[in-house]
Amino acid sequence: MIRLLLLAPYIGLLWVPFYNFEEPKLFGFPFFYWYQLAWVPLTSLLTYFVYRSVRHDG
Amino acid sequence: MTANIDMPALAVFIFFFVLVTAMGFFASRWRRAESLDHLDEWGLGGRKFGTWITWFLVGGDFYTAYTVIAVPALVYAIGAYGFFALPYTIIVYPLVFAVMPLLWKAAKERGYVTAGDVVRGTYGSRALELAVASTGVIATMPYIALQLIGMEVAIKALGLTGEMPIILAFLVLALYTYSSGLRAPALIAFVKDIMIYIVVLAAIIVVPSKLGGYSAVFSAADAAFEAKGKGGILLDPAQLVPYVTLALGSALAAFMYPHTLTGIFASSGANTIRKNAVLLPAYTLLLGLLALLGYMGHAAGLQLQSNNDVVPTLFKTLFPGWFAGFAFSAIAIGALVPAAVMSIGAANLFTRNFWKVWVNPDVTPAGEAQVAKITSMLVKVGALLAILILPTQFALDLQLLGGLWILQTLPALVFGLYTSWFRAPALLAGWAAGFIGGSALVWSDGLKPLHALAFDGMTVSVYTGLLALALNVAVAVVVNLVVPAKETADDLTVAEADSRS
Repeated sequence: MIRLLLLAPYIGLLWVPFYNFEEPKLFGFPFFYWYQLAWVPLTSLLTYFVYRSVRHDG
Repeated sequence: MTANIDMPALAVFIFFFVLVTAMGFFASRWRRAESLDHLDEWGLGGRKFGTWITWFLVGGDFYTAYTVIAVPALVYAIGAYGFFALPYTIIVYPLVFAVMPLLWKAAKERGYVTAGDVVRGTYGSRALELAVASTGVIATMPYIALQLIGMEVAIKALGLTGEMPIILAFLVLALYTYSSGLRAPALIAFVKDIMIYIVVLAAIIVVPSKLGGYSAVFSAADAAFEAKGKGGILLDPAQLVPYVTLALGSALAAFMYPHTLTGIFASSGANTIRKNAVLLPAYTLLLGLLALLGYMGHAAGLQLQSNNDVVPTLFKTLFPGWFAGFAFSAIAIGALVPAAVMSIGAANLFTRNFWKVWVNPDVTPAGEAQVAKITSMLVKVGALLAILILPTQFALDLQLLGGLWILQTLPALVFGLYTSWFRAPALLAGWAAGFIGGSALVWSDGLKPLHALAFDGMTVSVYTGLLALALNVAVAVVVNLVVPAKETADDLTVAEADSRS
């Protein structure tokens, strides 16, 4: 079940109406930009959770 | 002709070029094998690359020099839409995590070197093997040509004109790839990637401080798009579907290419790949920040002849000569790594799935390695000639089609990992439908990757590669249901296919 975490970035990024705005800004970046950039570490983290749960077979 | 040459920049450039050339030749002794006269050694580095080498190699070969030039150029030209590369290079990794360890295991167990090998081993069909292998080769050729374009831009930025520098650089590349195989780009990738990280970090810290901060950068870009009446720092409603379908289609296609698959097969294990799916997004962060250089170009008020000049001109304008030289070296060396891996991937395909099947089935492992070495040379010379003789637009158009073509190999390559329901004739029919139908659509749309679909009055543009893939899968399902299961004369049995590999 934890593998379903791998689907989260698809939902978060492929539905553009979630993030196609300017506000709120962060460090001068419109939301559109920092939201997508934030998905980079978030996706790594989610993938890491799944990684820890799979059987390490070489 | 020599008036515009920046001497410190050129000196830095030559230093790094000589350094990586020496490394390229030395690489044949790095993690030395018993002998490089075997395709597993020459073409896959012995399948022993651990987590860090794989990280540098795949990072160095997936995020190409052309990316460094073209993504900021696209963002400079049209704004937010050019950012589709960011979601694309994020969502590709969960996919890599889920699929590629399975593919690696199959490849390791049965000695597969290429996608063609996988397909032959899974379905025992020579026709499907040939379809997948030739798609890989023709999709890769224009991609190599693009690396040359990236390198040309960097060399031109140094003030060097004429075709000699690029011919020389490619000749050197061809020679050390010939002698060291995949070990050469793997070793050079360390230098290339660290240089690119330094360049991008410097740019994203220094440039905004000179231009008044990120707020100023975004508002300058916004104003520029406003004035131009085209593009914007947010997507307009008509761009939403193109944006996501391009991201998704590109992500599905990315690891079907011979160069990315070569990086996967060369790794030391399934777990190495999983760890890399966690670690490789670091490059995506870099790419996202790099894309912003397009906006910085507006903030700096650059006057450009071509959008592709935005990154080099930005560095020339805002940095001292030696650092600009460092940046251009990073881009030019950045072209060498993917070009080498691509030519090796294409050579592996040609050797395993064409030469060995159709020309000389009794070829020895040493003979295989020799054929691959020579093929990798020819592939590079071909790409070089294409760039020197044909118009640049030709390579760009072909590369665009290449993405669509390689995506059509996904069902044959991946479905078999999860189900044995599909049979070779169905997958072959699906591949042909997707390949031909998709190419025809792109052609009819004037070589644009988007196709407009009408849904009761509403028009939506979708990435044509995804439409072709949908057609591909639909045809495969239908043919599989209609055509009875029997072996055609063309097919080998799976056991036979296994014994050959």
